[in-house]
Amino acid sequence: MTKTNPVIIVIEDDPAIRRFLRTGLSTQGFTVFEADTGKQGIIETGVRKPDLVILDLGLPDIDGVEVIKSIREWSAIPILILSARSSEQHKIDALDAGADDYLTKPFGFGELLARIRVALRHANRSLDFMQSEVFITANLTVDLQNRRVSIDDQDIHLTPIQYRLLAILVKNAGKVLTHQQILKEVWGPSYQENAHYLRIYMSQLRQKLEVDPTQPKFLLTESGVGYRLKV
Amino acid sequence: MSDDRPDPDQLLARVERDNAKAKRGRLKIFFGAAAGVGKSYAMLLAARERRSENIDVVIGLIETHGRKETQALLKGLEVLPTRQIDYKGTMLHEFDIDAALKRRPAIIIVDELAHTNAPSSRHPKRWQDIHELLDAGIDVYTALNVQHLESLNDDIGQISGIRVWETVPDTVFEDADEIELVDLPPDELLLRLKEGKVYLPQQAQHAIHHFFRKGNLIALRELALRQTANRVDLQMLTYREDHAIHDVWQVNERVLVCIGVNPLAERLVRAGKRLAVSLRAKWLVVYVETPQLQRLPAEKRDGVLRILRLAEQLGAETVTLSAPDMGEAIIEFCSERNINKLVVGKPSRRGWKRWLLGSVVDELISHAHNVNIYLLGSPKMADSEINLFHKTPLPGLRQQTDTKKQGYYVGYVWAVLVPLFSAVIAYPMIGRLELANLVMVFLLGVVFVATRFGRGPSVLASVIGVGLFDFLFVQPYYSFSVSNGQYLITLLTMLVVGIVISNLMVNVHSQAKVAAHRERRAAVLYAMSRELASSQNEEQVVRIAVRHLHSEFSSRNVILFPDSNGRILYPKQKSITESLHGVDLSVAQWVFDHNEMAGQGTNTLPSAEAIYFPIYGEDRVLGVLALLPVNLRRVFLPEQQKLLETFLRQIGQAITRIHLAEQAKMTQMQVETERLRNSLLSAISHDLRTPLATIIGSASTLLEGEGRLQTQDKLDLSRVIVDEAERMSNLINNILDMARLDAGVVELNKQWHPLEEIIGTVLTRLQKHLLDRTVKVKLPAGIPMIFVDAVMIEQVLINLLENAIRYTPQGSDLDIIADMTETAVEIKVADHGAGIPKGREDSLFEKFYQARHEAAQSGVGLGLAICRAIIEAHGGKIYAQNRLGGGAEFTFILPIDQSPPVMELEE
Repeated sequence: MTKTNPVIIVIEDDPAIRRFLRTGLSTQGFTVFEADTGKQGIIETGVRKPDLVILDLGLPDIDGVEVIKSIREWSAIPILILSARSSEQHKIDALDAGADDYLTKPFGFGELLARIRVALRHANRSLDFMQSEVFITANLTVDLQNRRVSIDDQDIHLTPIQYRLLAILVKNAGKVLTHQQILKEVWGPSYQENAHYLRIYMSQLRQKLEVDPTQPKFLLTESGVGYRLKV
Repeated sequence: MSDDRPDPDQLLARVERDNAKAKRGRLKIFFGAAAGVGKSYAMLLAARERRSENIDVVIGLIETHGRKETQALLKGLEVLPTRQIDYKGTMLHEFDIDAALKRRPAIIIVDELAHTNAPSSRHPKRWQDIHELLDAGIDVYTALNVQHLESLNDDIGQISGIRVWETVPDTVFEDADEIELVDLPPDELLLRLKEGKVYLPQQAQHAIHHFFRKGNLIALRELALRQTANRVDLQMLTYREDHAIHDVWQVNERVLVCIGVNPLAERLVRAGKRLAVSLRAKWLVVYVETPQLQRLPAEKRDGVLRILRLAEQLGAETVTLSAPDMGEAIIEFCSERNINKLVVGKPSRRGWKRWLLGSVVDELISHAHNVNIYLLGSPKMADSEINLFHKTPLPGLRQQTDTKKQGYYVGYVWAVLVPLFSAVIAYPMIGRLELANLVMVFLLGVVFVATRFGRGPSVLASVIGVGLFDFLFVQPYYSFSVSNGQYLITLLTMLVVGIVISNLMVNVHSQAKVAAHRERRAAVLYAMSRELASSQNEEQVVRIAVRHLHSEFSSRNVILFPDSNGRILYPKQKSITESLHGVDLSVAQWVFDHNEMAGQGTNTLPSAEAIYFPIYGEDRVLGVLALLPVNLRRVFLPEQQKLLETFLRQIGQAITRIHLAEQAKMTQMQVETERLRNSLLSAISHDLRTPLATIIGSASTLLEGEGRLQTQDKLDLSRVIVDEAERMSNLINNILDMARLDAGVVELNKQWHPLEEIIGTVLTRLQKHLLDRTVKVKLPAGIPMIFVDAVMIEQVLINLLENAIRYTPQGSDLDIIADMTETAVEIKVADHGAGIPKGREDSLFEKFYQARHEAAQSGVGLGLAICRAIIEAHGGKIYAQNRLGGGAEFTFILPIDQSPPVMELEE
């Protein structure tokens, strides 16, 4: 096969983490380049044209969020954040700035691989994403073109807002969406302060789509950050 | 003998005096015999001299009265602007004390020490302003004429025929650090007056010319010189005392001035003062309030209060005693306080009255031993002066209209009816009983009237009784004439006995009233102290105090406390009905800073509406009581004032006790924290080292065994490393969480969340650990959203569930049960394990508690402590118990303190 290995750039100042990422990712068939500062990371990203960037938020020279903004000026490549724990606001800032997903340190390698795959798939899909797409996961089917939602082939009736909410999650399946991002998409920019609306509609959606809303299978809550549709 | 060495107590007193003086500013008084001797001029000269020494001199206020020489001296000196007050249409220029305090010069010049300030000023008198300047550490130069000295005021009034109303307490003069006499012979002064160099206010030209007679001036000059000489003498004595040159201290000389309710009182006080000064003795003024005196009209009692306050200004200690017998009380007080000189007024009773009823003075003379008694004669008083005593209200005291006791006239009606009734009873018994026995019936009636209606009616009843008896029972009947001489004796005796009974009954009655009054006061005090003793915190003390003060003084009250910077703040607690609102914080601050009372009826800021008292504890002022009485007299009467002082002391003690208890608790907490830190260190070192040992061991085995290890072994070792690392990671997270919660840096990010979503998130996150278990979730239908920090509450649930997983057999079920009332949400996490050991339900939530010590699975015992911290931060509570069917059950309750937001939903 002539298919080239996907290229990943790791922007991380801790050498130990860089080393295990390099070793692990290489054995999984990725080509890994490393940068230990934010500025160097931006340059590497510009030069290497990677398929994905793994970015540590706590960098010695510039803030990780600045790196995301800088990359987003000219590229839509998936960015995966590595962040320290107990800083929901940092995660939200990074996601709002355009990051695709985040992982909290410490993390297992399996978890990282899963996230990388979701992000890559999402990126490939969004390249030629069209309204005609039908999303299927487990027993849930969402037909975006015909606005049909069904579970086990049973049609589910959704209100317009419920549908819009589900649609935005489906379009970003597997990816974390912050409260702000969803509110803006579904309700418009003036609803930024009303996160409880989002929670109520999410709860209604779960009642309709999940077997047990207290043990959701699709509509997952990212504590303190936002929501994610599991794929 | 070491007589030459100064007494250590005296030395200590001197050191204290010097210390107090060093902190205070120094007061220099330019003292003169009369206006025009050149005090202001001398003062300005001194100021210029200081200025030339580069000392920061400022003029606070100077009266140049347009004199050119004086005005010329002002050049080059900084003059503070005056405060302008519009008083009834005229602009008054007053010394601006706040500006002076703000400017804080080294020396300030404030003319006319005796000046009375305009009504809205902080202090009524300028000397009080100066007092405050000195307290602030500013040196003051001021000027004073001899006639304004309080103790000489009376004498000078008599000499010159003009009495000045602006007086300065002698203590101010005595406490001055320096007195500079500005002297001018009378002839020269008169010459200056003739040349128009002395300023005389227009309106008083005539009177003042009368004042400036040569004879007057000589007398005034003599007084000024003598006063200065006395002071120099005193300085000399102090110096000698300080240097142990000679034992000059008069051993325990104490002068007691006894005043009564008469115009002589003021003269007695002044005379006592002079005597005390000449003897260099301590002096006291006592007022004995007998039950009769307590019945005096309010304005007369105010007169006494005024005299007592005058005495205080003159430097006396004042005491009010209440006793039934004046002479006895004074004698007892004398022996109690080692009084050896007694100043009393000439007896007011004369002639037969004195002979019959005795006088206090006679009693004192016959019973007081080892006491020298000074009798002061009463001069002929001008009517105006007597009126002055009776009519002048106490400064700041609003007059109260005396409401006549109701039923006053009813007594006299009874005084007529009762003897008639006695006659009706006795009449049918004429002939059957001896006359002497019938008399008893009438006397019984007199006793009845005396007990119920007091002296007047009972005397009337005696007289009418005697008349009726004579008219109806004594032969000849129906006539007032008496046929037999012996009946005259019967009638006379009956009258005397009747009147004596009246008096006795009335005294008994009033003493009973006084006793009841005292008992009530004691009861009030007891009630408050009992409640205060059981109070737990400052808020309770305040409530108790405010309530009791209200019931005793009919006042609205508030107690104010300072913040950590000593600024008095409005109370944060909810007010109660007896609370006083909108007090003046600046007055309260002044009271707090100066430890003196202020406000209405006092010498400081009398224009304030309420009265402000400092509340002091052991060694410092704790707070301020602001009290707005319905009637000021209820606070300022001597016995009431004493009662209030007792109240304040009790409140102060209660607050001190609570502060001490808080301090003790704080210390206890510090000890506890220390203990915790130690157990944290040992727990952490154990719980971190164990997984680390496994990790290092496994990893090094992997390294060393390269090439020899089976694939399965490698996998096992790797698995162990990952598991142990995760365990360590959890532990560190817990420690960090606890540290953040303890440090109080965690701010709750409360938002509205569906409970179901929170539980869902938790179960998703714990998926890996819950593989072999079923979690049953019971949520009531339609449970509304709760206002919490979701991340925190998730942490609580995760900790509880992890705990349950750790301590229950594999595969057993877990339950999450939510329930809600109108005011709270209750969430239970229950298991089917072994349950909680008995009696450990509470200690579970303590830090570093572990159900099984040295257990292989560890968690440092922080999980539940974190839960408790989070729930308490939400205002809720958490507890553990064993469920009925076996297993443990952890419950946390979150209060619902606001209703969920209203939302427009599609369904």
